[in-house]
Amino acid sequence: MINYSAGPPTAPGSAAAPALEVRDLRVVRGGRTVLDDLHVDIAPGTVTGLLGPSGCGKTTLMRSIVGVQKTDGGEVRVLGRPAGHPSLRHRVGYVTQAPSVYADLSVAENLQYFAAVLGAPRSAIARVVGQVGLEGRERDLVARLSGGQRARVSLAAALLGAPDLLVLDEPTVGLDPVLRHELWELFHSLADAGATLLISSHVMDEASRCQHLLLMREGRIIADDTPAALLARTGAREIEEAFLALVAGADQTAKTAAAEPVKGNR
Amino acid sequence: MSTNVVSATSAGPLAAAPHSPLRASAVRTLATARRVLTQLRHDPRTIALLLVVPCVLLVLLKYVFDGAPQVFDRTGAPLLGIFPLIVMFLVTSVATLRERSSGTLERLLTMPLAKLDLVLGYALAFGLLALLQAAIAFGLTLGPLGLHVSGPTWLLFVVAVGDGLLGTAMGLFVSAFAATEFQAVQFLPAFILPQFLLCGLFTPRESMATVLRWISDVMPLSYAVDAMTRLTREQGVSGLVGRDLAVVGGSAALALALGAVTLRRRTA
Repeated sequence: MINYSAGPPTAPGSAAAPALEVRDLRVVRGGRTVLDDLHVDIAPGTVTGLLGPSGCGKTTLMRSIVGVQKTDGGEVRVLGRPAGHPSLRHRVGYVTQAPSVYADLSVAENLQYFAAVLGAPRSAIARVVGQVGLEGRERDLVARLSGGQRARVSLAAALLGAPDLLVLDEPTVGLDPVLRHELWELFHSLADAGATLLISSHVMDEASRCQHLLLMREGRIIADDTPAALLARTGAREIEEAFLALVAGADQTAKTAAAEPVKGNR
Repeated sequence: MSTNVVSATSAGPLAAAPHSPLRASAVRTLATARRVLTQLRHDPRTIALLLVVPCVLLVLLKYVFDGAPQVFDRTGAPLLGIFPLIVMFLVTSVATLRERSSGTLERLLTMPLAKLDLVLGYALAFGLLALLQAAIAFGLTLGPLGLHVSGPTWLLFVVAVGDGLLGTAMGLFVSAFAATEFQAVQFLPAFILPQFLLCGLFTPRESMATVLRWISDVMPLSYAVDAMTRLTREQGVSGLVGRDLAVVGGSAALALALGAVTLRRRTA
């Protein structure tokens, strides 16, 4: 980690305070350290990709950011406030990996309920249905929709309140290429309008669509940079290749560190 | 697919600023109740079961004791309260468990929804159902089944609704401790049946062993049954019925408050 980010990483061309600051974050679940001494900064109005193999701690990091994860150390500040602060509940949208909507309600009934909870105007429902491309399916029961359609209902619910920070856990899984392309266009247009997006994926080809990348492995951030800079530094042609190179490098560092005598063990 | 983001961001802060917190809270509670009722409306078989099952059981009770009508007169009123309580307990605990396992609970807890808003929304929705259920069972028991009560019948109805509400509230509370459907279903025999045995329906509470009597004294179901028994036997309204009703209502309120407190926004 020391090799790749000297000092606190700041997004290029952005002097504004970070939308998200994670400092020394530690999460232990069931006796296993899931996140270890994590540092992350995300500039406002950007699309950041959180990439890494499944089980590396992406979801735990996202849950910590939206304030539903018990943490065991460190600090997470979102839009200048501690994660989970009541004032953030209007400003942060979270889409879980498994669609979290009511299967026994129609698309419109789901969105009406979440709009009421968020205090969003009724007009927001038609807007988000359009944004996720579910026009004409409003009256369908969610249980009768396909997996990809359900995921989009779940995404639509998060867009209702027009949040300043959107945390999306694998939002494009199971979607066809056309739809994925359209959703990424949506994500960028949201960022252009000022929102900050953190999007996890384990599909490396989505990385090139992000302005900034966080590569994660075994509870640590092993790279925090722009896609272009990552490719340049590793000499790789694709992000997947770069990721493999970084993993090999991180393993090498870990081995060297393990060989050295332990010092300052907290 | 439209990308109407300009209106998206400008609508946010405006919409997110409710005028009065209390009013916003009421709006969210009512929206939750409406959502729960809409879910039920999509599931007509559950509604039918909820409304019909207590009635069928009461009819069975009447004809099982056909040879000894005084038994129905003695147990009909208490069971008019207990059957809805059991049914509402089951349905509520499963409904909230489903909210948990579907991930919607976690989503709601990241949103500006107070925990009490959620719990009260559920209580309101199932409370309305309990009202409907009590009305049907009440009409059946006092009409065709010919249950004789000495006290005012409207009060019998009030107690029956109170019992349904108590079942809902207890279901909401215990569902916080159930991680799986298997556990949730087990809470019925674990939590309700002991109360059922000790409530005075099988043996008068006065003649129980002291320890059992003490346990019986702290169980809300005992007061639900006491109220019903008093209404069956005594003419007019004694202050004790009021006390029993207060205990039932208080227990329901306590269970709802505990249900809200035991909900955790942050989990491991």
